[in-house]
Amino acid sequence: MDTNLALILVLTPLLGFLVNVFFGKSLGKTVSGAIGTIAVAISFVVSLLLFNQITSTGKGIEVTLFDWIQISNLKINLGFLLDQLSVLWLLFVTGIGSLIHLYSISYMHDDENMHKFFAYLNLFVFFMITLVIGSNLLVLFIGWEGVGLCSYLLIGFWHKNQDYNDAAKKAFIMNRIGDLGLLIGMFIIGSMFSTLDYATLKTAIAGATNLNLPLLSLAALCLFIGACGKSAQIPLYTWLPDAMAGPTPVSALIHAATMVTAGIFMVTRLNFVFDLATDVQSVIAIIGAITSLVAATIGLVQTDIKKVLAYSTVSQLGLMFLALGFGAYEVAVFHVITHAFFKACLFLGSGSVIHGLHGEQDMRNMGGLRKAMPITFWTMLISSLAISGVPFFSGFFSKDEILLTAFHHSIPLYVVGSVASIMTAFYMFRLMFLTFFKEFRGTEEQKHHLHESGSLITIPLIILAILATFGGLISLPGNSWLNEYLAPLFAKATEGEHHLGPTEYTLMGVAVLGGLLGILIAYIKYFKQDNVPESDENITGLSKVLYNKYYVDEVYDAVFVAPVNSLSKFFRDYIETGLSALVFGLGKIANEIAFQGKKLQTGSIGLYLFVFVLGLCAIVSYIFLAQ
Amino acid sequence: MNVSTILIILLIGAFATYFSGDKLASKVALLFSLAALGCSIVLLNNYNAGENISVINSWITQPKISFALNADGLGLAMVLLTAALTPIIIFSSFGNEYKNSKNFYALILFMSFAMTGTFLASDGLLYYIFWELALIPIYFIALIWGNGDAEERRKAVIKFFIYTLAGSLFMLTAFIYLYQKAGSFLIEDLYKVNLSACEQFWIFLAFFLAYAIKIPIIPFHTWQANVYQKAPTVGTMLLSGIMLKMGLYSVLRWQLPLAPIAAKEYMYIFIALGIAGVIYGSIVALRQKDLKKLLAYSSLAHVGLIAAGSYTLTLDGFRGAVMQMIAHGFVVVGLFFAAEVIFRRYETREIEEMGGIRAQSPKFTSMFLILVLASVALPSTFNFVGEFTVLYSLSQVNIWFAILGGTTIILGAYYMLRMFQHVMLGETNSKAFADVTLNEGISFAVIIAVLLFFGFYPKPITDLITPSLENILQVINKN
Repeated sequence: MDTNLALILVLTPLLGFLVNVFFGKSLGKTVSGAIGTIAVAISFVVSLLLFNQITSTGKGIEVTLFDWIQISNLKINLGFLLDQLSVLWLLFVTGIGSLIHLYSISYMHDDENMHKFFAYLNLFVFFMITLVIGSNLLVLFIGWEGVGLCSYLLIGFWHKNQDYNDAAKKAFIMNRIGDLGLLIGMFIIGSMFSTLDYATLKTAIAGATNLNLPLLSLAALCLFIGACGKSAQIPLYTWLPDAMAGPTPVSALIHAATMVTAGIFMVTRLNFVFDLATDVQSVIAIIGAITSLVAATIGLVQTDIKKVLAYSTVSQLGLMFLALGFGAYEVAVFHVITHAFFKACLFLGSGSVIHGLHGEQDMRNMGGLRKAMPITFWTMLISSLAISGVPFFSGFFSKDEILLTAFHHSIPLYVVGSVASIMTAFYMFRLMFLTFFKEFRGTEEQKHHLHESGSLITIPLIILAILATFGGLISLPGNSWLNEYLAPLFAKATEGEHHLGPTEYTLMGVAVLGGLLGILIAYIKYFKQDNVPESDENITGLSKVLYNKYYVDEVYDAVFVAPVNSLSKFFRDYIETGLSALVFGLGKIANEIAFQGKKLQTGSIGLYLFVFVLGLCAIVSYIFLAQ
Repeated sequence: MNVSTILIILLIGAFATYFSGDKLASKVALLFSLAALGCSIVLLNNYNAGENISVINSWITQPKISFALNADGLGLAMVLLTAALTPIIIFSSFGNEYKNSKNFYALILFMSFAMTGTFLASDGLLYYIFWELALIPIYFIALIWGNGDAEERRKAVIKFFIYTLAGSLFMLTAFIYLYQKAGSFLIEDLYKVNLSACEQFWIFLAFFLAYAIKIPIIPFHTWQANVYQKAPTVGTMLLSGIMLKMGLYSVLRWQLPLAPIAAKEYMYIFIALGIAGVIYGSIVALRQKDLKKLLAYSSLAHVGLIAAGSYTLTLDGFRGAVMQMIAHGFVVVGLFFAAEVIFRRYETREIEEMGGIRAQSPKFTSMFLILVLASVALPSTFNFVGEFTVLYSLSQVNIWFAILGGTTIILGAYYMLRMFQHVMLGETNSKAFADVTLNEGISFAVIIAVLLFFGFYPKPITDLITPSLENILQVINKN
């Protein structure tokens, strides 16, 4: 029964993919969209069943299908592990996935390749489910690289534009840098414990005496590099903003709510490894904090509505890693969930705006959309309040817990995280004011066509906004359902249960004031003073550096890409030609020897006799001398 | 039925094809290659893991050379690879017209015959004869039916011929030396010879020269890209899909067990050389302008990794190497076929002149992309199973080998996706591109099916090859 459930869960989206690949075109757009949506919805229903089962029994379900890869001391199964963590992830992957599929039916309706879009989305959900429910690291890796592939396909969905294709390629390659880290981490763990299976690994580590901690730390570091790639952390984050080239539902589903949380999932899954690698945990916390700040600063000045949201995603992921670095896994997971709600809502809302403006993404050409698009406005407003940490919206609770955890471990990182949060409130409301308030700044033509999107777009927005409002209830301070639910996963006792003392209330107040301050500055600047960001050529000074994302892409190009390419040309033009000439040269030498040797054959009997006698003398004298 | 049946079918097939005339030749050749495939599947079916099927007939008494064939799991795997790829290669050529096609297809079958013989021979000299015999058909195929400027082609092909022949002569010398010690060319007798470390060093080196040129391992690869480019695609497929596996197979079968002390002594150098090939090949591939040349360098990178795996002298390394050989055989044939499909429509191999094909041919795009992804070892393809196993074995020798060899997953993705972008994507090409025909589609589909099936379920292959690889390891570790 369990095996069947697991198979239905995984294979339904795959079936949806196959149907859409082979028959999608002839089925027509609406049908192919419906098939894609229903496939994911079925998985969602199965996830609910599994969730129900797990909450009642409290035990995970293990399903082993068959032996997959055989390595001398490692036996790797194709198997699934459905426990608290994976089912939780499944719920929001398939749940938000269903909503976004529904949304896409309307959003992508004008695209001639809509059936392909749904095929890729289904394939993504298939791989994401595989990633989440794999019972060992290598099954996770199938999903891990699989979602990378889908990300590649969907970023480059409009394949006639080579810039988009570049973005897709970049995403794939940067992810693969991380993947190498993940592989190496697996190799080390495999050789240390002879298993890649989570459950076996956990027992092995718990029962091990004389653990080689430095080696285990190295493994943890390598795994974290993998997480950096997938979850867009410094130094591997630059692909995510570019990934906005894909259709907006993709940004919402893959590049905000689900795939990019895979790194956090993996670290949480292997919490028993990371708990032992305290140095690596510090690295994770520091990288997370810096990423959240750096991305937030870049987000301050972006003018493309999706770019703002993309950097915001990088920044929020940084906060999650900050929590992971302190071993506060349940706090990170909490923020993953609330973030999935409000960020998916924000992206879908921005998609609704872009849809309404026929592809316009520059906020400088928006404004005043509040009246024409009320539902989009209100849902996005709610989500912005949530991400800014305004009390009683979901983000308030989850972000507050992260900052609280940081405060207890490291004041500097707490400060960094708080500053990033204030910036978040600022740029989110900058976005809101520029998009929805004041006068419309676009063309008359666009103004004429302004309208609210259809119900397939607004219904998912409303549902997500509701979740973004009330999502915080799953983990109220002092009375956390989530912590209790996840408790069986963690070796250490969870430390999320802070007593709510005066310190906590003060910190909460500071965070709220910070958020409100960010909103206030945005209000003054973009509502009161009615500023609109300068056009590109007029941006100067620090803003220019930020606008150009600290020139990190340019630096990477100069330091990595360009040298490899010049090296390639050098090898091609010089080494290859040189080696080739060398081989021909050997042939020529043989030729030359033959040619010179030919000259000796003069035909003169006298010379031959002379050489013969000389040789004979040499041999005879050698024999005598040798004796 | 025994193993020699396959050889007989292929040889008769070669003659039958030759006498069938130009019109029927391709179909006759396909029929015989399929018969050989069927025969090898029957053999496999009757085969119990771990046993050997052998045929020994004395052939020449002085010196003592026997017509000895032996199929263990490893040999069978390689025979199956050859038997499966030959019909695919022949079938893939159905869209082309060849002058004197009876000669052309007869040579393909003859080459398949010689390569199968190489994988089966268990007598050193017989093996050597098959090894050299395989060179002759490909020489003519590349020379006569190749493309590009005739003079340049002649130069490249002759270089290839002499270069590989010269390398093999060292191997022949080594065999003669070993014969003097053992009094026989039979592999089990040769395995028993006790050689000093110094002797082993020279034997090892002599074999290495032969194999390094054939595989090729850098810096002995200079013949490769030009010949791959200039040979007709069928020839390129035969070379890259099967023939270079002769070299890799021989490392496992002959070089390592015959000189185990030397192998252990120098393994680090040879692993490093293989990995250097991975990085070098990947980097050179990045900036190739000719599609077939790019694939040639990608092949160089992949075989470097396979060689590195073989030289680890571990079961995982061997197993990964063999699986990677099979996976690479299929994927590289598929990729060269994709290049051919484009050539049939655009009559060019210059990447610059392509682009914007995807919009016109969704089926071809999907198939090509799957092959590209298999080539970069995406999990769920067979290539991943092989590459993962090889990299794991390298990590057990030294973690740095795994890291450096692992750069293939980054660099490979870089040059392959870059190629795919420039060849397939972008603004719709002004030249029309008809989607794949049924015949073309079948060839792709078969290859893809094999790669995906074993990607999820490699167990049959693992079970087939493991016992014989364990035997080889036993020989290596006996002293």
